[in-house]
Amino acid sequence: MSEYNFQILVCGGTGCKASESEEIRSSFVNLLNEYGLEEEVQVVLTDCFGFCEKGPIVKMMPDKTVYVRVKPSDADEIIKEHIVKGNQVERLLYRDPVTGTVVRDRQHMEFYKKQIRIALRNCGFINPEEIDEYIAHDGYMALGTCLTEMKPMEVIEQIKKSGLRGRGGGGFPTGLKWEITAKVPGDQKYVVCNVDEGDPGAFMDRSILEGDPHTVIEAMIINGYCTGASKGLVYIRAEYPLAISRLKIALAQARAYGLLGDDILGSGFNFDIEIRYGAGAFVCGEETALIHSMEGCRGEPTFKPPFPSVSGYLGKPTNVNNVETYANIPVIINKGADWFASIGTEKSKGTKVFALAGKINNVGLIEVPLGTTLREVIYDIGGGIRGGKKFKAVQTGGPSGGMLTAEFLDTPIDYDNLLAAGSMMGSGGMIVMDEDDCMVAIAKFYLGFTVEESCGKCAPCRIGNKRLHEILERITDGKGEIQDLDRLFMLSNVIKDASLCGLGQTSPNPVLSSLKYFRQEYEAHVKASHCPAGQCKALVRYEVIEDKCTGCTLCFRNCPVGAITGEKREVHFIDQSLCIKCGVCFEKCKFGAILVS
Amino acid sequence: MSKITSVADLKKKKEQVQLNLGLRENSDAADTHVQIRVGMATCGIASGARETMNFLVEETRHQAIDAVITQTGCMGFCYAEPTVEITLPGKEPVVFGHVDKTKAREIIDRFIIKGELADGIIPVNFKTIDEY
Ligand SMILES: Cc1cc2nc3c(=O)[nH]c(=O)nc-3n(C[C@H](O)[C@H](O)[C@H](O)COP(=O)(O)O)c2cc1C
Ligand code: SF4
Repeated sequence: MSEYNFQILVCGGTGCKASESEEIRSSFVNLLNEYGLEEEVQVVLTDCFGFCEKGPIVKMMPDKTVYVRVKPSDADEIIKEHIVKGNQVERLLYRDPVTGTVVRDRQHMEFYKKQIRIALRNCGFINPEEIDEYIAHDGYMALGTCLTEMKPMEVIEQIKKSGLRGRGGGGFPTGLKWEITAKVPGDQKYVVCNVDEGDPGAFMDRSILEGDPHTVIEAMIINGYCTGASKGLVYIRAEYPLAISRLKIALAQARAYGLLGDDILGSGFNFDIEIRYGAGAFVCGEETALIHSMEGCRGEPTFKPPFPSVSGYLGKPTNVNNVETYANIPVIINKGADWFASIGTEKSKGTKVFALAGKINNVGLIEVPLGTTLREVIYDIGGGIRGGKKFKAVQTGGPSGGMLTAEFLDTPIDYDNLLAAGSMMGSGGMIVMDEDDCMVAIAKFYLGFTVEESCGKCAPCRIGNKRLHEILERITDGKGEIQDLDRLFMLSNVIKDASLCGLGQTSPNPVLSSLKYFRQEYEAHVKASHCPAGQCKALVRYEVIEDKCTGCTLCFRNCPVGAITGEKREVHFIDQSLCIKCGVCFEKCKFGAILVS
Repeated sequence: MSKITSVADLKKKKEQVQLNLGLRENSDAADTHVQIRVGMATCGIASGARETMNFLVEETRHQAIDAVITQTGCMGFCYAEPTVEITLPGKEPVVFGHVDKTKAREIIDRFIIKGELADGIIPVNFKTIDEY
């Protein structure tokens, strides 16, 4: 095996690379060679540690000491002190920002880990197609505890005490929902898992089902036990073939072990689960539309109340929860409600999974305690903005959410803070935007999505969003007027107030929040026909600079729409009414004779 | 598969699988096998995880390395797919990112056979429920 006694791990994540990890590595390597230690100590460059603010980070193995903000000139001291003498280099250790104490012991050396994985605990650790691996990691133990040691109401009490709130977007207290479903009388009740996940850019629920399908099954059985339901339904979009196939395997294995079916674990409780497929309509994630879709009706929402807990699938009491909500349940039972409630903020307990996307270095799936700030998520875990560009905004809550600007970077993320900031938690999509993104164009993108996805049942959403989209289109085409800004504002508020379901009630959020925080960008579009981010093509104009044009005909030959005319060796001309602003002429011209304005 | 009909049964099952999987200290499996897990969620597969997995299976067989190779879900490092976690006998798991065939070969030759680390390790940046 390895002959190295020590290993020095130098963070080479994109965030730290900017701060000289390569030089740090080479100064270690050079010095080790100089001291004749190269046989004993290995130096490796790692990926991101997830603590870029204090980067570059250097971790010493096997003792796990972590040094922060290391510079190439520190290598000598680290080698002489740490490796040769076995002393930690005090000044490079991390200081707790609150207490000011130095973190030196092994146990606290994991301070840089900002994530806690509860819902994702098994994702990436177990083989999702092997029920035995789930069982080896405490799988179905929570179910066992509930069925044999707890009454349904006691389980519900624990869920209430944990403070868990729905992870599907609304944040309704989960224990309370279970209690309502349990207390409504009914001969037949249903447990539904919502895997519609239509939010563009979100893949939290898919990943949980693909990585740990049994946790959802276990939680649904527990819910059935609590609410008195004997039947579970998983509503999943047909576009998730891998998740569907793993879920099917998991269901078959659970049945084979008798964990689904009659007399589960000898308790006399019966429960089974069926899969229902959705066609991938965003509105079918709304719980009433989802239920109608399962009933074989059009996937259209209906007015609430009655809530599904009272009258849901086939008119029976139905408990609808999100995948991630369910994934937390077994842990709450196994580790206790108090343990769970010790994570998070006062009103938002536990963790939240986010799908980090957009202009960020470490695109991926993360799970952080509620109350973590956007700055920690974006700069520490996410590794900062791609290409070292400037952060502009982050969209949480997908098409229902709003844009949060730099002023919110230090706001702790929880349900209430995000609402107060004009956005919402949503299901967990988090799209990061940088200085090159045009906020008007982004609002238009989301509205385009909403117009496509509106079910059309009610006029404010069906017609109103279409009009909103038209106004935005006008603005990005450079044909807007200043009054359009007031129109956007008024119409948005009407749509919010008058729409039937959550889709219409939240769809104007991207418009309202961008209007609020980036009004000057809207004004630039309408007043000066100028897109500050340079994204709105219609506002860009390509012209030939007569003095520089040699008449080489290169642009003429490359223009895909024939908008350029001109004779050989004579000045060419771009017909603005034909130009599609593709920029080919600008790229091809060897004489810098194309002016972009 | 025989049915699990009581909580006692379930606990027995758990202990037995933990032994088989080498999750317990006194299990034989942990001392001899190299455990390899390939992240095979939609994101991983789209970036070539299946090819990586096939290559690892072939190469370990070819070199007669005693390895158990399984698939797992998304480890969360989408920016570094395909991701592979390797546990050498008696050691802590190490995760590698961007594991294409070239990287896989380097990992086998340097890490699995010689026990040296290779560039491109992804440090575990989260706490598990037992660590919190
Ligand atoms: C337009 C719209 C789309 C929604 N999409 C989803 C979804 O994809 N997944 C989800 O769990 N909840 C979605 N919801 C929320 C559900 O209506 C419901 O509140 C949720 O499934 C309840 O589960 P929870 O309490 O565990 O969050 C959506 C709501 C609306 C208004
Ligand atoms: S708000 Fe929109 S999606 Fe909801 S019912 Fe009305 S038209 Fe349909």
